[in-house]
Amino acid sequence: MTANKHWVLPQGIEEALPDQAARLESLRRELLDMYFCWGYELVIPPFIDHIESLLTGTGHELDLQTFKIVDQLSGRTLGIRADMTPQVARIDAHQLARDVPTRLCYIGTVLHTRSDCFGSSRSPLQVGAELYGHAGVESDVEILALMLNSFVIAGVQGVYLDLGNVDVFRALARQAKLEPEIESRLFEMLQRKAVTEIGELLDSLKLKKSLRDMLASLASLNGGVEVLDEARTVLNSADAGVHAAIDYLQRTVSAIAQQFPDVPLNIDLAELDGYHYQTGVVFAAFVPALGQALARGGRYDNIGKLFGRERAATGFSTDLKLLMSLSARTASATDRVYAPAGDDISLLKSIAELRAKGTCVVRQLDGQNDDAKAMACNKLLQNADGKWVIKDVN
Amino acid sequence: MITIALSKGRIFKETLPLLKAADIVPVDDPETSRKLILDTNHDDIKLLIIRATDVPTYVQFGAADIGVAGKDVLLEHGGEGLYEPVDLKIARCKLMTAGLVDARPVNGRLRVATKFTNVAKHYFESRGEQVEVIKLYGSMELGPIVGLADLIVDVVDTGNTLKANGLKPVDHIADISSRLVVNKAAMKMKHAQISRIIQQIEEAV
Repeated sequence: MTANKHWVLPQGIEEALPDQAARLESLRRELLDMYFCWGYELVIPPFIDHIESLLTGTGHELDLQTFKIVDQLSGRTLGIRADMTPQVARIDAHQLARDVPTRLCYIGTVLHTRSDCFGSSRSPLQVGAELYGHAGVESDVEILALMLNSFVIAGVQGVYLDLGNVDVFRALARQAKLEPEIESRLFEMLQRKAVTEIGELLDSLKLKKSLRDMLASLASLNGGVEVLDEARTVLNSADAGVHAAIDYLQRTVSAIAQQFPDVPLNIDLAELDGYHYQTGVVFAAFVPALGQALARGGRYDNIGKLFGRERAATGFSTDLKLLMSLSARTASATDRVYAPAGDDISLLKSIAELRAKGTCVVRQLDGQNDDAKAMACNKLLQNADGKWVIKDVN
Repeated sequence: MITIALSKGRIFKETLPLLKAADIVPVDDPETSRKLILDTNHDDIKLLIIRATDVPTYVQFGAADIGVAGKDVLLEHGGEGLYEPVDLKIARCKLMTAGLVDARPVNGRLRVATKFTNVAKHYFESRGEQVEVIKLYGSMELGPIVGLADLIVDVVDTGNTLKANGLKPVDHIADISSRLVVNKAAMKMKHAQISRIIQQIEEAV
């Protein structure tokens, strides 16, 4: 005899049962309501798209993360989105083609081939917001504030914010005239803060000592806000681009520290996640319960150009399921009214009135003997002297 | 609370003096104790005793904040989600290919037996060679002798095991030593405590 295993879900794919689904949905509504109040318009990009649209301007990592199939109508390769950000960038750059700053938000399931991104899920419920058409600290700060407020609504506590600026490394690499291949090797080592290997690689390049030391220092320029001052000293002889990048980060950090004095800030000038498409400030949020980032974001001013229109862009995204799993929120108990079976007109009218007011009414079905408790109801609709009234279940 | 993941044996023994330099001294001896979590002289620092190959996984997912892992294990794991700020220069050896001393030339695809399948694939790819990789969990040296494989990829210390089994080292892939690895999120959230430990260990290396 073979046991039936049809109930087994694929690895990293989960289903939401009623309690979880209710919490997810209420959180989804509250977040989208908040984004609405901040002027962010909801867009719904397609679940499946041409692979070029999904991967435009992104790195190799996203390519590996994307499930692909062949479109039988066109013979072209389609991908199931692993990240909605490029799709939203396309909507802004090509479909909307507005000249004014545009604020868009989105929520939807994305699919990952491997579960190494957010915790263990391969089907995160990605939610995020993007601000296009403004290149300046104000838009980065607005996006950061929106992200931090999302955590407040989700009831995620103890959030740490990590901030960096990829332009520091980019400007230094340009100043040192690093070959693209060397730059990408150095970038990979910086991601690991592999100090020894970084030293060996830099020594092999025969750079000027001051440049070598500045590049090497990036791996240790991390810690509290004071790192920015340290960076100014250590990177003193760097090009204007490096100083501009540090100043930009400083202004972002000051604005956030003023608006969110309770959020601990960490600066990391070697934090280059998404280096291939990010162009300025990058950030990530962490909580003690999670060994990985809970949300990520930053500036990516080049993607719009690849869709036909140059647009400054900044944004963040996170996973709603992950937010919920870290949430201290408890589901608010709602009343469920158990109404008897039958087609009595006054009963039907009474039920319709309750439902119109937003009350949950569960009808007993003909021949059903289960009581209100068995049906998870805490109220009863009963006939008292010809009137339908609600009673507590005792 | 800081948790440090270590494996038993050589890495543990050679890491102890470095931890001591950071004023971290285990209360129990893992060779005699059956405990998997060892207390230290600090209430808020614990040592996790796990298999060497599991260290990167524990640290990547934040189950441990810090770990000590061989570069061989890190290369195989890929190092994703980890910082490797310090080369501890302990448990040094080499990652090499090895084959029979009297190996006959191979017709067709080379078969490579190893527990480092990712490393082996990347290495032979970088040399432009298409090989068949066979995953084994130990006693790799047997592979070529019994005809399971033409070459092995393994860590080589003195080379005595190879010699005793009629094998010789062929190509050098990488120099191996143990690295201090740190979880990325922990580095950001427990920055003061962790960077102090890193610094003290770095000075002791």
